[in-house]
Amino acid sequence: MEEPSLYTVKAVFILDNDGNRLLSKYYDPELYPSMKEQKNFELNVFNKTHKADNEIAFLEGMTIVYKSSIDLFFYVVGSAQENELMLMAVLNCLFESVSQMLRKNVEKRTLLDNMDGVFLVVDEIIDGGVILESDPQQVIEKVNYRVRDCVEEQISLCNELTVFVSCV
Amino acid sequence: MIKKFDKKDEESGSGSNPFQHLEKSAVLQEARIFNETPINPRRCLHILTKIIYLLNQGEHFGTTEATEAFFAMTRLFQSNDQTLRRMCYLTIKEMANISEDVIIVTSSLTKDMTGKEDVYRGPAIRALCRITDTTMLQAIERYMKQAIVDKVPSVSSSALVSSLHMVKMSFDVVKRWVNEAQEAASSDNIMVQYHALGLLYHLRKNDRLAVTKMLNKFTKSGLKSPFAYCMMIRIASKLLEETEGGHDSPLFDFIESCLRNKHEMVVYEAASAIVHMPKCTARELAPAVSVLQLFCSSPKAALRYAAVRTLNKVAMKHPSAVTACNLDLENLITDSNRSIATLAITTLLKTGSESSVDRLMKQISSFVSEISDEFKVVVVQAISALCQKYPRKHSVMMNFLSNMLRDDGGFEYKRAIVDCIISIIEENPESKETGLAHLCEFIEDCEHTVLATKILHMLGKEGPRTPTPSKYIRFIFNRVVLESEAVRAAAVSALAKFGAQNDDLLPSVLVLMQRCMMDSDDEVRDRATFYMNVLQQKQKALNAAYIFNGLSVSVPGLEKSLHQYTLEPSEKPFDMKTVPLATAPITEQKTEIAPMATSKLPEKLAPARQDIYQEQLAAIPEFKGLGPLFKSSEPVQLTEAETEYVVRCIKHTFANHMIFQFDCTNTLNDQLLQRVQVQMEPSESYEVLHYVPAPSLHYSQPNSCYSLVRLPEDDPTAVSCTFSCTMKYLVRDCDPNTGEPDDDGYDDEYVLEDLEVTVADHIQKVLKPNFGAAWEEIGDEFEKEETFALATVRTLDEAVNNIISFLGMQPCERSDKVPENKNSHVLFLAGVFRGGHDVLVRARLALADGVTMQVTVRSTDENVVDVILASVG
Repeated sequence: MEEPSLYTVKAVFILDNDGNRLLSKYYDPELYPSMKEQKNFELNVFNKTHKADNEIAFLEGMTIVYKSSIDLFFYVVGSAQENELMLMAVLNCLFESVSQMLRKNVEKRTLLDNMDGVFLVVDEIIDGGVILESDPQQVIEKVNYRVRDCVEEQISLCNELTVFVSCV
Repeated sequence: MIKKFDKKDEESGSGSNPFQHLEKSAVLQEARIFNETPINPRRCLHILTKIIYLLNQGEHFGTTEATEAFFAMTRLFQSNDQTLRRMCYLTIKEMANISEDVIIVTSSLTKDMTGKEDVYRGPAIRALCRITDTTMLQAIERYMKQAIVDKVPSVSSSALVSSLHMVKMSFDVVKRWVNEAQEAASSDNIMVQYHALGLLYHLRKNDRLAVTKMLNKFTKSGLKSPFAYCMMIRIASKLLEETEGGHDSPLFDFIESCLRNKHEMVVYEAASAIVHMPKCTARELAPAVSVLQLFCSSPKAALRYAAVRTLNKVAMKHPSAVTACNLDLENLITDSNRSIATLAITTLLKTGSESSVDRLMKQISSFVSEISDEFKVVVVQAISALCQKYPRKHSVMMNFLSNMLRDDGGFEYKRAIVDCIISIIEENPESKETGLAHLCEFIEDCEHTVLATKILHMLGKEGPRTPTPSKYIRFIFNRVVLESEAVRAAAVSALAKFGAQNDDLLPSVLVLMQRCMMDSDDEVRDRATFYMNVLQQKQKALNAAYIFNGLSVSVPGLEKSLHQYTLEPSEKPFDMKTVPLATAPITEQKTEIAPMATSKLPEKLAPARQDIYQEQLAAIPEFKGLGPLFKSSEPVQLTEAETEYVVRCIKHTFANHMIFQFDCTNTLNDQLLQRVQVQMEPSESYEVLHYVPAPSLHYSQPNSCYSLVRLPEDDPTAVSCTFSCTMKYLVRDCDPNTGEPDDDGYDDEYVLEDLEVTVADHIQKVLKPNFGAAWEEIGDEFEKEETFALATVRTLDEAVNNIISFLGMQPCERSDKVPENKNSHVLFLAGVFRGGHDVLVRARLALADGVTMQVTVRSTDENVVDVILASVG
């Protein structure tokens, strides 16, 4: 029997619709220690899951729960013995938090434009494999992140450039 | 920069990735602006994001460049931009292992963790603990204790979780925070409760009493967090398992009460815990099964999956308990999630009647190509179980399996099929020929060395005993021509067995062997030469010893003995009998040693348990010169489970001596025991030569003491003896908290249960794959036969199990399985007696009122035959 422990999540990753990694965290150093193994695993998972939105799969001895939105795929991985509903709670929290933060625009471009926010969201939900928070509202409050979209970004960059030029 | 963005937008539309073409060197170049004043939070944030993104993509940062970027980043602590600060924490965590001198940020982080900004405090604690080592931990201990009991939940949670991570590194320091964790456990916040519970458990898990107390407290006070409930269920079922608690235990009541929790997560956890309990009756299972049944019709795929997966587990042991769910499972057969459908069908295969098998098999073959290998393995396992249940269906199954074998699939999947076919062949003699034919076809085009060698081994074992052995020769010899070295070598061994068993095939086998002697590989050539020479002698005894039954010694043991022999050259030839025997059947080892090319986790060849003992005992000077370790028994408990001291004994048998190893555990935290030894009073003429005491026995740290006993030399038949045992020691009371002992101590003793030495301790199990050949090889020089009546035994199964456990010998030719509805049975047992004498037992059993047993014993030594017959009587 497995030792009871708080280490629930083995890995979490977000892929785009070609299976490319946008964000991924592995919390168990023994599971896929090398980058090559990790990317192989992600690709295998992507190939087996991207066609049908089935919510849950079992691959390479791991339970994987997932959810997709437009051109994004969110995955949470746990051991075969893990309570599937706990993993679902993590996945839902991740998806809801990202969705709220991005004002429901859960698609690749917006996500990448706010990548710092996404990193912080993941950091608030899971710490070293332990579920730190499962309520999206709490996560959003803790991250306290101001979303920006491309246009805003470019305006600000424009301003910066003007400042920069004037300095020179 | 704007230009770059614009250009990419034009190229690939809004879906493009602004991080796609990042160059590490360019990003590090950009990171120089960290040093500019005033700090531009926007741009710095963007650059930090790029760095973390690159690290996340697996980009390699050298130590120098990482350290440089890290030091530049530390300057950003001057800015008060919240997101920027948070990203700094992330960068610290990401770079903790690649940059040097990360501890430079300790003071900044300590400031943030104790500062006024609550949003910084939690993340700062987590970053700080990530870079803290054992020596620095003392310095922040005060802050950690405060943070654990902080009223802001995110601070408390962060401190608790970070403490948990640090338990591995500095258990002793974190242990001192147990009171704070206790206080945090009564927090109102559900996550703080959960984290506190997890930390408390990790700190106390070696102290069963403390865990029990903790559980009692929390089950009474009632936690709010569903996560904490799941954790408590796991702790409770672990405790139940360890204490072998009955189902009347309050722990079981607690788990059962969780079936009525309002959170599905908790209900499922409880149901799953009950299902996984080793000794659960159908009645106790019923409530768990009925909640799982409800989950089967949930709209949530994950819940349906969880339910049907767990029901599948139940069906393996208690198929009747699941029949009530058959209708719900039928509905899941068409589930769009194929994993759920597969699990539903395989469960139905286990619970349904024989008549439904054909229909379900047809259904499953309609989508078997769509499911992942993992589930194909589940299907194969279900078929394997079915074959045992309905032997008559084996032709349907065999057909299905052979089709699956032809399809594409990975190694694990193919291995499951091959294992399944092999087990069918072994269970049903009438399926042997079709099964072997399918396997022959498979190895014609098999990319997995391990499977090919396994099948060749199987062909060698079973093929010669079929009506037409000649038809397999072609398949085997094809391997010699076409395959890699390992497969060729296995094929040569298989060929030899055909030659040894079938006289009319011998001439052709010898011709083929001759060709193999010209192979390019050493191993193949050596084997061919060896078998060629053995076969040419045409002696049954040689064939049995060197072709059918092979070596039964432990390979690491043989290696060690040979090494020893070369170090101390002597006139005497090397004696095989001095080598310790293998405890596992040697036939299984070949497949493990061969390379596991496609397997995900290569199975390590762990040293056998006995080899470990051999090493440990050899390190004790008192035990020099006893010869090789012959056998180590399973541990025997000499105390009840819940006593002050827990003692178990392992009996190590040598040629003329026995060593008793007493593993003692002190469960009293206010005592330190010293000079612990177990005094033994033998009932027979056994002589205790030496005691090796354990110098000290600290609380909950097991230690061993030993006794060396000489076996009676004048009477070789005195194989059984009873020892009365008393543990003697010096007690020093000590402080339960610090473990500091008093100066004075007093002698005390503790009476243990009696220890029995029986005939089984003198016999090592050895598997003879071809019992008939071994029987002829030993010959009837010392054969003796006697008949016994076992009046108290009611079934053949019971008789077979009694004999096996009493003699401690290895059943051969699967004779330990009594076919159903038979009134008579023959049991074949093989072993080696202490001193290296082979011994074989044939027991003919007949069932009348009781069981009548006719025992025939053969051995290479007359005394051994007498000992066995005397002890059976």
